[in-house]
Amino acid sequence: MPEITYREALKRALREEMQRDPTVVIWGEDVVAYAGGGAYGVTAGLAKEFPGRVRDTPIAEEAIIGIGIGAAMGGLRTVCEIMTVNFTLVAWDQIVNHAAKQSHMFNGQIKVPMVIRTPNGHGRTAATHSQNFDAWFASIPSLKVVAPATPYDAKGLLKTAIRDDDPVVFLEHLQLYSTRGEVPDEEYLIPIGEADYKRRGKDVTIVTWGRMTVESLKAARILAEEGIEVEIVDLRTLRPLDLSLALESVRKTNRMIVVEEGWRTGGLGAEIAASVQEVAFNYLDAPIARVAGLEVPMPYAKNLERATLPFAEDVVAAVRAMMQNQY
Amino acid sequence: MATNITMPQMGFDMTEGTIAAWLKKEGDPVTRGEAIAEIETDKTTIQIEAFSDGILRKIVAQPGQKVPVGEVIAIIADPNEVVEAASPSPVEQPTQTPALVTPPAPTPVTASGVVTESDRVIATPVARRIAQERGVDLRLVKGTGPEGRITKADVEAFILSATPAPTKVEPPAPVVVPPPPPVPVPTPVAAPPPPVSVSGEKQPLTRMRQTIATRMVASKQQVPHFYITVSVEMDAALALREQINAALQAEGVKVSVNDMVIRAAALALRRFPNLNASFAGDGIQRHDQVNVGVAVSVPDGLVTVTVRDADKKSLRQISLEMAGLAARAREGKMQPADYGGQTFTISNLGMYRVDNFIAIVNQPDAAILAVATAQPAPVVREGQIVIRTMMNMTLSGDHRVTDGAEAAQFLNEIKRLLENPWGLVL
Repeated sequence: MPEITYREALKRALREEMQRDPTVVIWGEDVVAYAGGGAYGVTAGLAKEFPGRVRDTPIAEEAIIGIGIGAAMGGLRTVCEIMTVNFTLVAWDQIVNHAAKQSHMFNGQIKVPMVIRTPNGHGRTAATHSQNFDAWFASIPSLKVVAPATPYDAKGLLKTAIRDDDPVVFLEHLQLYSTRGEVPDEEYLIPIGEADYKRRGKDVTIVTWGRMTVESLKAARILAEEGIEVEIVDLRTLRPLDLSLALESVRKTNRMIVVEEGWRTGGLGAEIAASVQEVAFNYLDAPIARVAGLEVPMPYAKNLERATLPFAEDVVAAVRAMMQNQY
Repeated sequence: MATNITMPQMGFDMTEGTIAAWLKKEGDPVTRGEAIAEIETDKTTIQIEAFSDGILRKIVAQPGQKVPVGEVIAIIADPNEVVEAASPSPVEQPTQTPALVTPPAPTPVTASGVVTESDRVIATPVARRIAQERGVDLRLVKGTGPEGRITKADVEAFILSATPAPTKVEPPAPVVVPPPPPVPVPTPVAAPPPPVSVSGEKQPLTRMRQTIATRMVASKQQVPHFYITVSVEMDAALALREQINAALQAEGVKVSVNDMVIRAAALALRRFPNLNASFAGDGIQRHDQVNVGVAVSVPDGLVTVTVRDADKKSLRQISLEMAGLAARAREGKMQPADYGGQTFTISNLGMYRVDNFIAIVNQPDAAILAVATAQPAPVVREGQIVIRTMMNMTLSGDHRVTDGAEAAQFLNEIKRLLENPWGLVL
């Protein structure tokens, strides 16, 4: 199977869906002009392929989402690119109070088939440009929230998101765009709301998503050399949250660590830990542990940024501690 | 401020208690430390004390009523304070928790019923589930987790070590639950139902009998017993005892044969630390203290009282202590410190004219000593048949902890100490 980048996988998904459905349009800042297509090159070339359907917008995220909602209500399938998740903050009223609510408030007579593509994460981008709002989005009823970790999942889930009649927040990651993975040439879809085992093991269940899936896989290779076999559940979708694999796995391993990049307080890890112990309490052999980002505004200095974020070695340390009964 | 009086926990295995009597009635003023009620458990009756000044405003649990540990039995409050009067009558609805003025304290607070954290078994949820499914008493399992928390692996190791080793073709993986041994569910002693033709009345089990049934069945099912008997010549010990008692008559001290056996066993245990131990799943838990338990017959059953640090106490101290312990046990007035925590147990049926008997190991001890009657018997000394006062003792050992050779040496050390009794007083 050919290996391509996460970025390329996303572009292929967009291209295939635009070829398949003439109502699919892309709007966002610099999606045409900058570097040939989007701040991170995801839409490069699509404006030429699909004249008039890929449009640059002013630097006004509330407007991007607002017109996206209106167009979706009017019959288009809009894919709005917000340059980073941090810039969704100014558009939260549109996302939470409008996109997420129209269908319910009008008894399903109105649909809002839009996708908001935006990257989480960091990359020497400092306090206001290095955040994760996974847990915020995932707490809003009737939004769908997707956070793929691999090129394969990114392509299959983006195609499904575009075809979905509800608004989908599609959380990419700055550090994942250049990662590579196998993606078949033939078409496939991945359903929203289905977790996936990224590794099978027997000792500790790691529940994670996004970049931390990649870091957890690195950790698993280190731990395997020590004879510790972790099982990695990649949630892939954060709302609706599919905990069936997490529960199946913890009933086997009796130990669970939730790994997330964002802040610990009120993070999705807290929700997952609470839900799992409600259902599988009698199967736990240790408290459910969390690995998460430090709760500080992200420092700009490279060494401090590194110290703030969780990486594979943090996952390794947590798993070792759990195997040594330190939790 | 209104204060709830809750059913205290006296001993780790107490789950409920019965109100024997109220020493105060509703409306009576009470002062801190004053006895207000008597509580009956399967082992003892104790008085509980008020831990604040005020008026005994409400008696929630009536005499004769069984109340789970931690539930409210009465409320003490100021005279003019509003006390929740809508508490459902516990007599009519004994299973319902009375409505409370304040939420119950997480730990039952009492003046005399001391509840310590160490009474609580700390185990993970999955360890508890497996222990329950497999009938494992978690108190016998040694925890290797933080704060001694018992993990799944600890329970599995315990089950494996308690199971007769199957033909070990391959070592079992740690997560694999071993093939099920006969599940040691502590059922009440299940005699086959009597033939229909035999008539008779069924006596309900008292709390004490239930406890005895559960503990004895568990021990017989979990502990691989083995037995060793010796005959002890007691003439020298009896002569010494007479001298001691004559000397201490003025003090009211009367040393018994059993006191001498306690002392001898304690000294022998000090020399054989492996017998002063408990089987702990993945290891042998040796005990720093030598605490000798003594079975005491009481109306309708028996209890085991504990002589703590018996190896450090003189015969005189042991004798005085045992007299107090036995009296409190027979009167049903044991204090929490009077029982439990023993590292070895003695059962003495000497006063009942028995030649020999075999006792069941009192878990978690490694062994129990059954002491029979000292009585004249013909023995051979230097080729001649002579009459001596002989006493048989049978040691029941836990074969997971000790073996015949070691147990025999230990038992012979007790015999040596009794036959050369000056060692007991020097």
